Amino acid sequence: MTIAIQVTVNGQLEALEVEPHESLLGMLRERLDLTGAKEGCNEGECGACVVLLDGRAVNSCLVLAVEANGRAVTTIEGLGHAGALHPLQQAFLEHSAVQCGFCSPGMIMTALGLLNENPTPSEADIRQALSGNLCRCTGYRQIIDAVQAAAAALGAAGQAGRRP
Amino acid sequence: MLRRFEYTQARSVEEALALWQGSPDSRYLAGGTDLIPRARATGRAPARLVDVKAVPELDQVRALPDGGLSIGAAASVARVATAPEVRQRFPVLATCCQALGSYPLRQRATVAGNICNASPCADTAAALLDLDAVVVASGPRGVRRVSIHELFVGPGQTSLERGELVTAIELPAASAGARGQLGRLTRRQGVDIATVAVLVTVLPAGSLRHRVALLSVSPTPMRVAEAENLLDQKGPDGAAEAAAIARAACRPIDDVRGSASYRRDMVGVLLERAVHALAAERGGRGA
Repeated sequence: MTIAIQVTVNGQLEALEVEPHESLLGMLRERLDLTGAKEGCNEGECGACVVLLDGRAVNSCLVLAVEANGRAVTTIEGLGHAGALHPLQQAFLEHSAVQCGFCSPGMIMTALGLLNENPTPSEADIRQALSGNLCRCTGYRQIIDAVQAAAAALGAAGQAGRRP
Repeated sequence: MLRRFEYTQARSVEEALALWQGSPDSRYLAGGTDLIPRARATGRAPARLVDVKAVPELDQVRALPDGGLSIGAAASVARVATAPEVRQRFPVLATCCQALGSYPLRQRATVAGNICNASPCADTAAALLDLDAVVVASGPRGVRRVSIHELFVGPGQTSLERGELVTAIELPAASAGARGQLGRLTRRQGVDIATVAVLVTVLPAGSLRHRVALLSVSPTPMRVAEAENLLDQKGPDGAAEAAAIARAACRPIDDVRGSASYRRDMVGVLLERAVHALAAERGGRGA
C-alpha cells in the first residue's frame, strides 16, 4: 500500500505516492530524476547520498521517503547551476576537489549542513564533519581546502550559506 | 531490498503503544540508522514500524525541576551533543555523542535508539552508565523507570518488556558537573565502532566520585565498580592497580576489529591514560 506524502524538494512542493519501504534516496533518484545524490553503500557508511533535510545533512539512504513528509529536502541540484554556482561548488572546482565526482554531491551537501550550523568551522570541525564521506580519488586535502575557501567566501558575502 | 512493511506514525505515546499492540511484529522507529540498514542486510523487516518522531514530548531536551536533565527519545544525537544544557552540565554525554557514527548519521540517530539496540559498543551507553542515567519507559502496564545499570542484558538485548517504548532518558542532578576522559580505539578515525573504549568520569562531589565504563569488551557496556572504588581511595596513584582490575573484569572476544587479548591490554592502557589526563586537567585548573 502506498502512502501519499508532500515534500518540498529544492523549493518545489512535490505530491507523491511512495512505498513504505522506499528510501528518500530512491525517491529522489527514481521518482524525481534527481540523480545527484548517489547510492554508494546504502547503509550510511559512505556519505555519497547526503542531502539536507530541513537544513540538516542526512544520509538519504537511511531516511524513509515517508519520513520526509511535510519537510524540506535540498539536493545538489538545488544549489547552483552552470554560470551561477554555489560558493561550495565554485570552491570545489577551483581547488580541484573533484576527480571522478561520485562523492562530490555528498561532500558538498555535508559541508553545507556544517556551514548552516557553524559558518566559521575550524579545519578540525571540517575533518570531523566530513569523516563520514568517503572519497577514493582526491586524498581529501583539496576537499578540506575547498570547504575552508567556501566558508570564507560565504562569510565575506555576509551569508552563512543557509538554504531552505 | 527492504522487505515490505507497514509504516505508521504516532502523535502521542498512547497512540504509539496502541499501534504497537495492533500488530504482533512491530518495532518503534526513531532515527532508523540501525533499524533500516539491518532490515536491508537481513531481509527481515518488522511487519509494522511505529514512527515516534512526531510525538511532541519525545523531541524535548529539558531541565528537570530537581536539577536533572531529561532527554526525549526522539532527540537526535547531534542535538544532544550540542544542547547547551548537555555541554555545560553533562559534558561527558556530549563527548560520547560526538564519538558516535558520522556527522550526517548523528543528525538522525537518537540516544534512545543507541541504548535500545544494546550493542556492546553503544557509545552513548558509556556516558549514561557513568552518569547513572534512568530510562523512562511507557508500556501497556504504565510508566516504568529503569536504571541504566539494569537495562543491558546481552548483545542486542535489554530488560525492556515487549511493547514498551522508551520515552526519555534522565540524568540525575548528582551527576551534573561530572568531567570525563574517553579513550576510544577504532580502525580508522571517525565513523567506526569502537574496537575498545574506556570512559573514566569524576563526579564533582561525594566520596564515591569515580566512574569507569568499558565498551566493546563484554556482552554489554559495563561499569567496573572495583576499579572505581580503588580510584576513590587512591586517586591517580591507583591508576595502574585500577587498570589491572579492569583488565581482569572485562570479557572481550576475538573479532575482525581486534583480538580479545589486545582489547584486554588496551582496557588497561586507556584507563591509565584517562585517569592521568583527568588528573592533569584538574591540576591545570588549580582545583
